Amino acid sequence: MTPLLEIDDLRVEFATEDGVVHAVDGVSLAVEEGKTLGVVGESGSGKSVTGLTVMGLTRGRSATISGQARLDGNDLITMSDRDLRGVRGNDIAMIFQDPLSSLHPFYTVGKQLVEAYQTHNPRAGKGESRDRAAEMLTLVGIPDPASRLDSYPHEFSGGMRQRAMIAMALINEPRLLIADEPTTALDVTVQAQILELIQRLQADLRMAVIMVTHDLGVIAELADDVAVMYAGRIVERGPKRAIFDAPEHPYTWGLLRSIPRLTAPRDEPLVPIPGRPPSLINRPGGCHFHPRCPYVRPAHRETDPRLVPVGGDAGHQVACLLAEETRQRLWGELRSGALPEQARADVLEPEGEVTP
Amino acid sequence: MGRYIIRRVLWVVLLLFIVSAVTFVIFYTLPSADPAALRAGKSPSPQLIAQIRHTLGLDKSVPEQYWIYMKKLVLHFDFGYSFQDSQPVRTEILSRLPATISLTIGAVVVWLLVGLPIGVISAIRSRSFFDRVSMGGALLAISAPVYWLGLVGLYLFSNDIGIVKIFDGAGTYTGITDNVGRWFGSLLLPWLVLAASFAAFYARLLRSNLIEVMSEDYIRTARAKGLPERRVIWRHGMRSAITPIVTILGLDIGILLGGAILTEDVFNIPGVGHLAYEGIINADLPVIQGTVLFGAFFIVVANLIVDIGYAFLDPRVRYS
Repeated sequence: MTPLLEIDDLRVEFATEDGVVHAVDGVSLAVEEGKTLGVVGESGSGKSVTGLTVMGLTRGRSATISGQARLDGNDLITMSDRDLRGVRGNDIAMIFQDPLSSLHPFYTVGKQLVEAYQTHNPRAGKGESRDRAAEMLTLVGIPDPASRLDSYPHEFSGGMRQRAMIAMALINEPRLLIADEPTTALDVTVQAQILELIQRLQADLRMAVIMVTHDLGVIAELADDVAVMYAGRIVERGPKRAIFDAPEHPYTWGLLRSIPRLTAPRDEPLVPIPGRPPSLINRPGGCHFHPRCPYVRPAHRETDPRLVPVGGDAGHQVACLLAEETRQRLWGELRSGALPEQARADVLEPEGEVTP
Repeated sequence: MGRYIIRRVLWVVLLLFIVSAVTFVIFYTLPSADPAALRAGKSPSPQLIAQIRHTLGLDKSVPEQYWIYMKKLVLHFDFGYSFQDSQPVRTEILSRLPATISLTIGAVVVWLLVGLPIGVISAIRSRSFFDRVSMGGALLAISAPVYWLGLVGLYLFSNDIGIVKIFDGAGTYTGITDNVGRWFGSLLLPWLVLAASFAAFYARLLRSNLIEVMSEDYIRTARAKGLPERRVIWRHGMRSAITPIVTILGLDIGILLGGAILTEDVFNIPGVGHLAYEGIINADLPVIQGTVLFGAFFIVVANLIVDIGYAFLDPRVRYS
């Protein structure tokens, strides 16, 4: 099956006063029709910029963009602004983290929905567009849609606003929805409702979803495939099961060990990943994760890892310099509750590790 | 909303009372010429001065004078008579108003027509050559005092002493009802001079507002919807960026309607500001009091209109 969207070696750099920010550094991804790709990573990992670049929203004087993002074989990166506007909000739609600041405060929700519809249906009349907007509000579960159309965003609750954002994004029945941290700004109780809504609409509209998030819980809920990003690169990707059951990258281990699980023993400590994400201007040499990696070997500071298939399975890839066998033993120790220091002592020879 | 407006109107009245009292106190506290002596002419006898003091009511105590003034003002809308030429102050102010309104409205039109487009273009093409040149020019225009700019303008362009005589009648005011062409010609230079610093200020303000607004999340949303950039800027960006400008415009109009003293003086425009200036020179308390109250009235009313208008411009604002 050919993917709906295929991102190939995407690079995005921003020129700033402090230097060049390598926000996205050679990312390749694919999403199939009707499927959900979860993109997970910390802030500054390049996950949002990847989504925005597909939409053409990072275009500007300070950005240098290379690589490809093909939708039906048409490259969105080299597409003219005019053509890309025909794709935005029509074939690909996007929703954002904070629904309050993402809706215009001075226009009613109805006006904003109607505008989204009429942009891609210029012949649609006022009445038709308004009916369509009301229909969308109903679809996303906003009661009394006809009168809610005349409300301003600040008169909605947080969950309602995100529902309205979703209604606006889907009003032209896009084939791909890019959801950039859609639940991060919402109450926990509302988060689940919004995720459920996205899932339901995805099935109804047979739409592909790229779910950009730092929340592995969201990924576990929604994703078919997962890409883990770190410092502008994908460090591991594969089917959801593989990522949660047999993760290969120390960063993925860190993410998994730093979230609480109800099934884990109560006294099992949460293990945070030490340190902070690196500067994207002066990135650490070799493996970008090496300053924070508990299993780092001297060679990892020199060599740049590439994404390679795990066990010959092209579906599951990892960019790590540890030997596959070592990684599997390390994860085995970690998942049975060992701390990184113990696992490291048990598994790694003092200096014996060789790069694959 | 209704209760809010009533409360604000009551505040306006109270404020005008305070302004009038403060003007009285300042007039009698700070050293000033004796209005009676000024009126009496050259080497008057003490009896004459005393007599004039009595006629003008200056022999009464200050609180008593204030009481009489306020009573006439409140009961009969009577601003009293000028110490100098015995004209009713209300008539004097009203007869000066057309000139001030002409000056204000023309200048407003000029500074909006010049300032806003420059602000928009500078914001959209920020850091471009155009932006740098116009913002540098704006800084100069803001820094140039209006009396200096006015004198330079007259020196270069006025009809009599000017080097390039392009403004017909600059320096001599003609009423709009007398001759529209001459009215326009006589005010064009004052408009440009008065508008210069305002245009610069508005351009800078709109530029910074619009740049800030264009980085808002809802602008990103508008682009994500596939809107043409022009619509993103005008419908989404400008709608937000212009709101604070409308507020300031209201206040500026209020202030200028109270009289642009310096501009009116430099260009010899017989407006309210010029009247105020003459009143101060002649220690003419009723004229000072009248023009001050008048100016204060315009400012507080403009303030009120702006605050009420804000509720219509920004749906998030609701007064109760």
